Amino acid sequence: MKTFFIGGVHPADKKISAEAAIEKLPIPKVAYISMGQHLGAPAEPIVKPGDKVKVGQLIANPKGFVSAPVHSSVSGTVRSIEPVKDIAGNPVMTVVIDVEGDEWMENIDRSDAVISEIKLDQKQLVDKIRECGVVGLGGATFPTAIKLCPPPTAHPTCVIINGAECEPYLTSNYREMIEMPEQLLIGCEILMKALNVKKCYIGIEENKPAAIEKLTSLAGGKHPNIEVVELKRKYPQGGEKQLIDAVIKKKVPSMGLPVDTGAVVQNVATTIAVYNAVQKNMPLFQGIMTVTGDCSKVQRNFLHRVGTPFKEIIDYCGGIPEDAAKIINGGPMMGKAIANLDAPTLKGSSSILYLTEAQTKRHEEGNCIRCAKCVSACPMGLEPYILNKMYRAGDMDGLEDHKIYDCIECGCCQFTCPAYIPLLDSVRLGKAAVMKIMKSRPKK
Amino acid sequence: MNKLIVSGAPHVHGRENTKRLMLDVIIALMPAVLVSIYFFGLSAIKLVLISVVACVLVEYLIQKFMFKGPLTICDLSAVVTGVLLALNLPVCSPWWMILIGAVVAIGIAKMTFGGLGQNFFNPALVARVVLLVSFPVLMTGAAFHAPESGYLFGNQQTVSTAMDATSGATPLAYVKEQLAKPEVQAQLNNGATIKQVLLDKDPNLSYGQMLWGRIGGSSGEACALALILGFIYLLFRRVIKPHISLSILITVFVFSGILYLADPSRFTDPVFNLLSGGLLLGSFFMATDYVTSPMTPKGMIIFGVGIGILTVLIREFGSYPEGVSFAILIMNATVPLINRSARPKRFAKEAQKK
Repeated sequence: MKTFFIGGVHPADKKISAEAAIEKLPIPKVAYISMGQHLGAPAEPIVKPGDKVKVGQLIANPKGFVSAPVHSSVSGTVRSIEPVKDIAGNPVMTVVIDVEGDEWMENIDRSDAVISEIKLDQKQLVDKIRECGVVGLGGATFPTAIKLCPPPTAHPTCVIINGAECEPYLTSNYREMIEMPEQLLIGCEILMKALNVKKCYIGIEENKPAAIEKLTSLAGGKHPNIEVVELKRKYPQGGEKQLIDAVIKKKVPSMGLPVDTGAVVQNVATTIAVYNAVQKNMPLFQGIMTVTGDCSKVQRNFLHRVGTPFKEIIDYCGGIPEDAAKIINGGPMMGKAIANLDAPTLKGSSSILYLTEAQTKRHEEGNCIRCAKCVSACPMGLEPYILNKMYRAGDMDGLEDHKIYDCIECGCCQFTCPAYIPLLDSVRLGKAAVMKIMKSRPKK
Repeated sequence: MNKLIVSGAPHVHGRENTKRLMLDVIIALMPAVLVSIYFFGLSAIKLVLISVVACVLVEYLIQKFMFKGPLTICDLSAVVTGVLLALNLPVCSPWWMILIGAVVAIGIAKMTFGGLGQNFFNPALVARVVLLVSFPVLMTGAAFHAPESGYLFGNQQTVSTAMDATSGATPLAYVKEQLAKPEVQAQLNNGATIKQVLLDKDPNLSYGQMLWGRIGGSSGEACALALILGFIYLLFRRVIKPHISLSILITVFVFSGILYLADPSRFTDPVFNLLSGGLLLGSFFMATDYVTSPMTPKGMIIFGVGIGILTVLIREFGSYPEGVSFAILIMNATVPLINRSARPKRFAKEAQKK
């Protein structure tokens, strides 16, 4: 069984919502469609208050190279374009739409038919994916089309589909693999064609045997170039660098691009979004969201429209559980705590995870006992205990010397620290500061 | 509505914490403690109790009245130091000597540097060495109780005639003493080996006896097997990595083996070296102390090899019979340097500048 080689931790699995089939969530009364749903510059709205919009209609254009267009997820009238607070409480320009009915753009294929023939050529495919606003749904929401146009110096050789879903609790990718395996495999073919490569791997952690079996048997006949790779259960198996290491045994160089290894990694959900964009002409305006947690009243997987306030989903599921102390959008290792429940969902919103106080409360920080557990756990081979010390002492040169920019913020160090030191807090802040300094330097 | 917590990821934590790790070390030391109680009875219980209580008390008093900061005695680290100190002392150490040991260990070696995690030297070992040079007679001579009817207790049938029936000695000290005697030297000069002249004559110095216990030494050195058991527990619980301990043992075995092969009339054999003195206690429990050992596997091996070489050098060429404590303390001082040079293996190299 394949895996990455340095570091890693084993948080409890907790895939309690794995057997809940995907259901459609009711359409909200008011949709708040954020312009900042992707990495890079926010999109620019092209609608104005009073405009009628349909489901799937383009409402904002990308601004700059690293950006993505945004489409309406509902039909109705634009009420306003104003800053709305996101889950962290930061205002982001948002198109607010009063929902009326559910009228879709006519050119979207809403049938369940699986279309396997890929008619578009390489360039058309990339353009289509860009136009449909597809972004990476593994967490970073990096515009997918950019990944499909590697720099001329790079030579892509394969596509790797990330089905590791190594975060505890999350099951949206698993449900997609189980319920939409054909769409996923055609999505793989599209990505291969868009990159002009002949090989595709789907990496899946061993704790999802049903998905491995299903995709292996389906890929067997029709898709000879797609290989399902069983991965060891170890966090962060689904980290882009770790996944490439595990699947093709190549290392992404420090400060380099993943494609330097020849691999282009896409998440399972992204690949299905690519299928929908190319074969169904359906822009990215909905996604799978898991509602889960040990204290959660329900364990469900939903297809939600982007722009639905989190509060509505929570209320639909019976409200916040009594003993929930923290609500997380994403997994417990890398997700973000929700501070503002009125915030709308985004393209990349993958879960509502409830954690109890006992599970999540930070303990009082003790002295570092130099047990080296953080060093052993770091999948990038860094020394988090030193980074923490240096950050607190303000030693930015030291942080750079110790390669803080390599950190992937997976949280293994803090997870494993027996003294409860918030290592990643320091490293995250230190990394941001060092990256800023490095970028401000004149290029030689 | 409930008040929600908002903080950065990760939102969950592994099961490990400092207290649990310390508890694991204490559990791992229990076989050695129990064996010493079995061999030495009440005096061993007294030794452990006084040592633990004194260590915790010293830490408490310093934190309460000198640091005036938070009290952290509940993290059990002082208890670990206390047990380790007890295992490093002869079983009938007088109470005041144990107290001095506790003050040195906790007060001087640990708290002076800022408490848990800040010290350069292993607290229990600093105490052992300070006591060794301050009270050499109490620490090495008659104070060593014999395990039951072991050779140290003066069972004349088994004890070589040169041994004083009342004064005990560790196997290492015994060999060193004997080597200083002209008649032994004469035998060795005739081509006999130390093994033939000294060790084989004494059934209590057989490998089996040394493994099962019944050898003289500090209370924790009595039974090699109990120490091995604790070591396996620590490995099983993933409290420590095996690198340091194994590289010490292998280095001692290889280095003393080379010396033995070169001149068996001057040097003891490698197995004797492994089983005698504080080597096992030192390599399993003292050298692996988190705070005073390197952070990376590479560093741990350098550290272990250093301890191994120094141990053999001190044992064979120095004036002290026992070298493990000194070797570990000397290598403790090099840990910051080792950490600086033996960095962890990075995920990948820097990208080629295009």
